Amino acid sequence: MEFDPVLLARLQFAFTIIFHIIFPSFTIGLSAYIATLGAVWLKTGNDRFQLLMRFWTKIFAVSFGMGVVSGIVLSYQIGTNWSRFSVATGNVLGPLLGYEVLAAFFLEATFLGVLLFGFKKVPPWLYVLSAVVVAIGTAISAFWILAANSWMQTPAGFEMKDGVAFPLDWLTIIFNPSFPYRFAHMLNAAYLTTGFVVLAVGARYVLGGKYIEEGRNMLRMAIGLTAILAPLQLILGDQHGLNTLHHQPIKIAAIEAHWDGSKPADFHIFAWPDEKAGANHLELSIPKGASLILTHKMNGLFPGLLSVPENERPPVKTVFFAFRIMLGLGFFMIAAALLGAFFWWRGALFETRWYLLVMAQCWWIGFVAVISGWVVTESGRQPWIVHHILRTADATSTVPGATIAGTLALFVIAYGIVFWFGIYYINRLIAQGPRGPSSEEAGRFSRSPLAAARDEGRDALNKGSSA
Amino acid sequence: MEWYLPLIWAAVIGTAVAMYVILDGFDLGIGILFPFAHGEGELDQMMRSIAPFWDGNETWLVLGGAGLFVAFPRAYAVVMPAFYLPVIVMLLALVFRGIAFEFRTVSHSKTWWNVAFTTGSTLAGFSQGVILGGLIEGIPVRNGGFAGGPFHWATPFAFVCGLALVAGYALLGATWLVMKTEGPVADRARAQAKVLLLAVLGFMAVVSLWTPLAEPRIAARWFSLPNFYFLWPVPVVTALVAFLLWRWLEKGRDIPPFLATIALFMLGYLGLVISNFPYLVPPTLTVWDTAAAPASQIFMLLGTLLLLPFVLGYVVFIYWLFRGKVRVGESYH
Ligand code: HDD
Ligand code: HEM
Ligand code: HEM
Repeated sequence: MEFDPVLLARLQFAFTIIFHIIFPSFTIGLSAYIATLGAVWLKTGNDRFQLLMRFWTKIFAVSFGMGVVSGIVLSYQIGTNWSRFSVATGNVLGPLLGYEVLAAFFLEATFLGVLLFGFKKVPPWLYVLSAVVVAIGTAISAFWILAANSWMQTPAGFEMKDGVAFPLDWLTIIFNPSFPYRFAHMLNAAYLTTGFVVLAVGARYVLGGKYIEEGRNMLRMAIGLTAILAPLQLILGDQHGLNTLHHQPIKIAAIEAHWDGSKPADFHIFAWPDEKAGANHLELSIPKGASLILTHKMNGLFPGLLSVPENERPPVKTVFFAFRIMLGLGFFMIAAALLGAFFWWRGALFETRWYLLVMAQCWWIGFVAVISGWVVTESGRQPWIVHHILRTADATSTVPGATIAGTLALFVIAYGIVFWFGIYYINRLIAQGPRGPSSEEAGRFSRSPLAAARDEGRDALNKGSSA
Repeated sequence: MEWYLPLIWAAVIGTAVAMYVILDGFDLGIGILFPFAHGEGELDQMMRSIAPFWDGNETWLVLGGAGLFVAFPRAYAVVMPAFYLPVIVMLLALVFRGIAFEFRTVSHSKTWWNVAFTTGSTLAGFSQGVILGGLIEGIPVRNGGFAGGPFHWATPFAFVCGLALVAGYALLGATWLVMKTEGPVADRARAQAKVLLLAVLGFMAVVSLWTPLAEPRIAARWFSLPNFYFLWPVPVVTALVAFLLWRWLEKGRDIPPFLATIALFMLGYLGLVISNFPYLVPPTLTVWDTAAAPASQIFMLLGTLLLLPFVLGYVVFIYWLFRGKVRVGESYH
């Protein structure tokens, strides 16, 4: 059997990075939520927030662990599978990844240690501060990695010499044209993803009649957050798309399955793009809708897929459908969040069972939207790995296909095991609830959490020894 | 400047690798020693002695990899494909041992996560040793890329290096336990440390004899004059440190054995550097051949100078916060 090494390397990278991004999308948001809970706890002295904070921290620990190990895999894969890419772009992308490690990863890892194991050892303010630092660390991490990814989409601030990129201006490289949009859109996506997980868990508790107060808290916080962020995501996404039209018009043509640029573009709610024929089947469209969205004119024109040769077009079906999944989920999120806010305003949020029943099932929608979004972005860039600079086919290592196929199989098996156990454990932690099985501990703190923790912290800091 | 920059970067990456080997070395070592413990209580105690640190420790590996990509992209692009299989095996091993930390605490039946932790730790150490051994033996390069097959690294020497590193990590782990725990775990670790010390010395002797015999360039480095005048203290100091380590173990000291083990590792590392400098990819590519553009090296160096002190600061902070011995049944949570 013949293996195509480029295709396999792409499959392996896509598989491992999709696995990875699941966890950052959750941990970026969850760390911010935990930090918020901690701040409220410090401010109000209300036990419930401390309980919630410690509860979500347990779930955070499991997710973070999976994010870290899958991330380490990625950073080495750039060398193992994409060595020609490394040579061509190392001068530019290397430092961006380097800054991520130094500015973010150490910060996260260290203060996570305090957050997970330091509760009895540090005073409450330092404990909460650690949560804040972890949250900031994850956002810094997103900053640098997205700067790297955005540079691959819209490269700037460099010159090519003998097929190798040399930096000219670092600020232009980092703040390349698509970076601000991508950073805002992705960060918001992560907060939304977490918001819907918290919403689902809250709905589950309120419905189940256990942990009702905690559940109500989660519902209120999650709805308050998503009612603002979900509509915001539409605006950010729209701006992101307009920017992409400017820099990567063919990606937009694929998103809209727009073939003939000499006519205004319809917005296809559904279509079956036919890459051979260069046209769509089964179109269900809003006439001139895409032109209106993208050029703000009914008869506005933008380039179609036919304007470039076939070998310069991205995989249209993938990009087209992935975009519709993201968009559909985006609109669903807006509807769900606004509806929740409406029920809350009417004072009926906790009694509207059908709404809670639906929301309790919706914990996954953010993850699917994030993955779809990345598939749009990355597949839409094809056949380029660095837009108009380096082709994906010229970026691989000279590793035999069979080797990549074998290790890909190993990744699928290993990640499969890790993923299912991870989901299982997280689900069980949620089922056990904020008071958990170790109620002796929770009981001890609910007597006088602040005082107890403060004494312990002072003890630890003053006396020194941990024993 | 163009001549010094790669040297500075070699030093920075060398430091990151050293930090990694020592810090992750002791927690991988705990994994290697896991099967010898008696009962979940002892396992918990061992695990707790490293739980707050392991993530930060492993980050040095990311820094080493990223550093190579930043400063020497052409070496990165040769070394990674050359060790494709051992690198992937190492990564998968690290996946399983990493999640074992979190999954073990939340699961009811810990047995499988104990197995994953031990297997992952051992395999990760072994793969790293194999990569090191393969690097010493040299990598064929053509047109700036790796020019060998997928199993080019699989030599007897590389396997010996793999075993050597497993033994070394286990020794670090054992002396860490001597320092950080008490009771039966610490007693057993003390006994294990002595056996492991002998094994490590044996491996060091084998590797030190094998490399000059197999690689004339390494023999020339050590035994030509005047080099020999400067280099003879390295093995002598190594023997002295090993002797002290043994004595301290016998005398029941807690902290010095761990420090002596670190010194032993550093001496071995120094030996490797002396043998191979200035090659990053022996026997063809030097630090200068593979260096990134000076603008990139400078930009990242500024960041390193600015941020590394902070990083070291919070590494010190967390080790200080969780200082002292971990007892049976005690929990941080
Ligand atoms: C630093 C670089 C970088 C970053 C931050 C990302 N990607 Fe990417 N991605 C690549 C660098 C890259 C790549 C190396 O350029 C690939 C490999 C093959 C390819 O075509 O591009 C790629 C391909 C690729 C593919 C396969 C596309 C195809 O071959 O048609 C998918 C689905 C993703 N990525 C998804 C993601 C996700 C979910 C990310 C979020 C974390 C992500 N990418 C961030
Ligand atoms: C090529 C792409 C990527 C590489 C090479 C990469 C690399 C890594 C590595 C090595 C880690 C582990 C760090 C540690 O030891 O703590 C990690 C974790 C992390 N990454 Fe990525 N990453 C990539 C894409 C992304 C993207 C696109 C984002 C976010 C927008 C992201 C956000 C994070 C975050 C928040 C963490 C912290 C740990 C976690 O909860 O997952 N990464 N990544
Ligand atoms: C509601 C309307 C939305 C619109 C109009 C929109 C628009 C876009 C566009 C045009 C891109 C591709 C940009 C490019 O590659 O150049 C994109 C990417 C992306 N979207 Fe959305 N999006 C929406 C909702 C969402 C939601 C709800 C999520 C997740 C919760 C999400 C997550 C992402 C992610 C992770 C990416 C890839 C990273 C990036 O390029 O920013 N999007 N979005």
